[in-house]
This record gives sequence, C-alpha cells and structure tokens, in this order.
Amino acid sequence: MKRRCAVWLFLAGVILAAAGCGGSETGLEHKPITVKGSDTMVILAQRWAETYMKEHAGVSVQVTGGGSGTGIAALINGGTDICNASRPMKDSEKAMVAKRHGEEVKEIPVALDGVAIYVHEASPIQSITQAQLKSIYTGRIANWRDIGGKDQRIVPYSRENNSGTYVFFKEHVLGNEDFAREIQTLPGTAAVVNAVSKDPASIGYGGIAYATGIRAIPVRRDENSEPVAASLATVQSGEYPLSRNLFFYTVGEPGGDVRAFIDWVLGMEGQMICEEVGYYPVVRK
Amino acid sequence: MTVPALPKLAQTGILGDRLAALVIKGSAFLTIVSLILIFVFIGKEALPVLTSAEIRQEANLSNLLLPQAPRAGAAPEFTWQPISEIPKYSILPLFAGTLKVTVIAVLIAIPLAVGAALYTSEFAHPWVREIIKPCIEILAGIPSVVVGFFCLMVIAGWLQSSFGFTYRLNALTAGIGLSLAVIPIVYTVAEDAFSSVPQTFREGSIAMGASSWQTASRVVLPAGMPGVLAACVLGFGRAIGETMIVLMASGNAAVLSWSPVDSVRTFSATIAAELGEVVQGSPHYHVLFFLGAFLFILTFAINLMGRWWIGRLQRKLQGAS
Repeated sequence: MKRRCAVWLFLAGVILAAAGCGGSETGLEHKPITVKGSDTMVILAQRWAETYMKEHAGVSVQVTGGGSGTGIAALINGGTDICNASRPMKDSEKAMVAKRHGEEVKEIPVALDGVAIYVHEASPIQSITQAQLKSIYTGRIANWRDIGGKDQRIVPYSRENNSGTYVFFKEHVLGNEDFAREIQTLPGTAAVVNAVSKDPASIGYGGIAYATGIRAIPVRRDENSEPVAASLATVQSGEYPLSRNLFFYTVGEPGGDVRAFIDWVLGMEGQMICEEVGYYPVVRK
Repeated sequence: MTVPALPKLAQTGILGDRLAALVIKGSAFLTIVSLILIFVFIGKEALPVLTSAEIRQEANLSNLLLPQAPRAGAAPEFTWQPISEIPKYSILPLFAGTLKVTVIAVLIAIPLAVGAALYTSEFAHPWVREIIKPCIEILAGIPSVVVGFFCLMVIAGWLQSSFGFTYRLNALTAGIGLSLAVIPIVYTVAEDAFSSVPQTFREGSIAMGASSWQTASRVVLPAGMPGVLAACVLGFGRAIGETMIVLMASGNAAVLSWSPVDSVRTFSATIAAELGEVVQGSPHYHVLFFLGAFLFILTFAINLMGRWWIGRLQRKLQGAS
C-alpha cells in the first residue's frame, strides 16, 4: 500500500511540476537553455549541448527526452525554451502555442534522419516496398511467405504512440491508417532494436543512428523502383523514401543565448556532430 | 522535603514525549492526507470524461465500454487506439490484459512464495534459513526496470526457443517477470505469519504422533492462513500496479484474447507510455486519468475485501482454538 502511495505521489508530483513550471523569467544572464522532446534526437541534442557548453563557459544547456509529443506539450505549456521534434508540428498544436503565448511558432530544421526498417540478421528479405510495409503494419499481411520470405508469421514491432517516429511512420507509410492491434509497441528505439535482434521472424522501424546488431534493409518506393538504402546521399537527395527533417521549435523568434545556440547548431561544427552521431546535415538553402 | 532536580528532568521528559508523539501522529496522518489528496487530484482530472460536454464528444462512457467501429462501415470492435483520426478508447482490452498478466504472476508467485515460507519456517536448518530469507528479500530491492530488461533480453528469448511462441514478448513473459516482484512480498508476509504460529501448536501436533509434514500442512498452514491471505492480497495489489516490468516485457499490444502467450497492454503501462505525451486538457489526457482512477479504485476495493475476509477468517480461527 505504502509503496503504491509513493508511486502515485511521485506521479502526482511529476505532473504538478510539469504544470507548475510555466512563466519564463527574462533579463537574467545565462539562464540555462532547456531543450526537450524527441527521444530520437536525445543523443544528438546531448552531444550538441556538451560540445557547446565546453566552448561557451557559463552557458548551460539542459537536454531531456520523453518524445516529440512531450516536447511539444512542454512548448505549449511554457516548460521549455527549445522543443526537439522528429515530426512537423500539427496546425492544431501551432494554434495552441499562438493562443497561449500570443506568438507564432518558429520552425527550424536542424538535421535529417532516415527511418530505417530493421530485420533480423538471418532474415532472407533483401528489400521491401512501402506498400508491403503498410500491409504488414495494418495487419493485411501476416506471413513472410507473402513477401518472399519463409512460411512464418511476421512479428512487427512499433514505437510507443508518444514518439515522433511513430507519427512519421503512421503518416508516411500507413497513409494515416491505424496500426493493427497485434502490433507490439516498445518504449524506445533501443528496445525495438533489441527485440528484433532476438527474433528471426520480426520486423521493426526506428532511427538509422540506432541500427547496430541488426540489418537495415533497403526500401523501394513501389514495385518498379530500385531499392534504396539509407545513406547521406539518398537521404539528402530525398531518394530514400523514409527520410524526414528533425526540427527545433521555439515560441516566436529566439533571442539571446537561445539564438546563439541555434546558430551554432546550424553552423559547421553543429552539423559535423550530426554526422558523427549518425544523422545527416541539413541541406543549406 | 523538596526534590528540585527531579521535576525539571521529568518535565523535559514529558515535553520530549509529547513532541515525539506529535511527530509520529503527524506522520501517520500525513499518509492519510496524501492519499486523499491524490485521490481528489486523480478524480478531478478523470471527471471530465463523465461531465464535460466537449470531452464527451470524443471520449465518453459508451466509447470506453462498448465496441466502436474503427472506420466508417467496419464492424465495431474493442480497440485502444488513441492516436488516430477516430480516436478509440476502449478500456476492455487493457482491463483484460491487466488481469491476464496479474493472474499469471500471482499463480506463479503464490505457490512458490508460500512454499518457500513454509520451508524456511518449518523445515529449514537455521543457517539455511539465514541464507534464504535475506536472499528473497533482496529480490524486492532489484529495481523493476532491471527485472523488465532481464525479461526482455533473457527470459523472453529462453521461453521462445523452448516453447516456440510466435510472440517473444507476451503475457506469460511479463507474468514471470512480475512474479519476481511479487514473490518477496508474499514470502515475507507469509513467513511472518508462520513464525507467529504458537510453538505449542506444533508441540501438540507432534505429541499426537503427527509427522513434521503433517504438522506443517495440517496445523501450521491453516493457523497461518489469515496471514497467507493477507500476503496474497498484497501481492495481487503489487502485481496489478507494477509498470516497468510489463511495459518492457509484455509487448504492449492491446489484443483482446484468452491466450496467455499473446501480447498484452496493461493499464499501468498505458499510463506510463502515454501520459508524458498528451496535451493537458485533451480527451486523451482525461481518459488516462480515468484509467488511473479506475486502477486506484480497483486496488482499493481488492485490499478492502481482502482485509474483511481475513478479519472474518481470523475471528473464526480464534473462535475454534
């Protein structure tokens, strides 16, 4: 009983804290810059923050994950300076920011990512089309035999519905249809990678930066097109069908320390870190 | 005659006593107050599902309890799909999933834990007991996220390769992991119950010519029964509310089925996975609190019923002895 109380208390505390940390104080010098959102981007943002803090003494950048949805909710509620998102904000969300803060959202693409399709190392599947992926994840294809594999039930893994990767996949691959009920969801791409690496009949999706220990298979836009593997060239050119922008969002035009940090991220050094972590630099217009 | 030193000493003693009593009383009431505050908070956030017209357009009791068509023209079904063009908030698959995992965990944990408790209190050599008891209690100290990860990486693979399950992560895997969290609780309480059975009961039984197994199973076990039941209720409560283990090991697919090797999604895992993301005040947000309130009431009712039953049994046993 007591233990459960403690859990509830903690949960309540977290929610209260989340609700309570509105109001941003201005005028203070070197107030910590808070960056919150996408789990996919946590590693990247962390590296940016570390390097930036090393070079700019006195500035502190605090990075937390939780999912793009979490970051966007925090931006709406005034709980963060910068929101990390691995999907574009919806119009309804932008409207909520404008309503709460009286300022438009500023969208800044900071890196490119490809959503990789993972299979087990021993899987005979060499490539997959977007239509096949859709059929698998909406439950219309349930056996590997139907797409040229062994006679074996497909075990698809997905991310939890608070992840930007989930929303990207739902919109881009499923054409906004619902995932089948049998799809198993796991917290974090690392958990998906782990699960796929243990099960020869499985398939999963997630960020390319995570793709170790399993095989990322090339994706075909349709049956007649060539399979394209995710790489710097194919993602930047848009040839790889499952690529996306990773964004920073701020309320209004950022200023001061936040502006300086974002400029640095978009500069040479920030974009080089992108590549080191396994993402792709944004194409400068 | 005057004894000036004594009253002063006594006075400070009394003051200290009062202060201590106040602190202890305060901390006892703090638990009750926080319990009530939490319930009020959850209830307040859950209530719009029943009262607010705006929220009820998307999420209302009939949505939550009755089947819903996933898209226009399709057959209605029980689905949990909150991120969708037509959000679907059927709580039945979650309820069934929670129950499935909990029952599996309890079925595994109770026989093991009660058996172990009976062994350590009745049969084990004192030094064996001194090893087993702390070991089982240490099990309670392992963070549940570690147990969950162990299930995901080791137990799931082992079960699949031994039995050939289609889904690596399923109710059974999560139930086994969950039983690791339940065993120490049931064991500790049951062991205490057996140890507090008066020694005269055992002596009497052996004097009548019963073997030590007969003594343990026919005298000590029934005499400790109220304690064992209390242990089971506590264990059930622990299992139904546990989050990390099921989040990592159950696969989290909200499937409604009878099979113990299908993937399941529980209330607690749903709340943990989704509450971080929702926009405050949205229907999804209030539905999650509704789930929380439901879980709260469910465990509260189980505890209450358990306690009532145990009290009755205790009175019956005392009357009989």
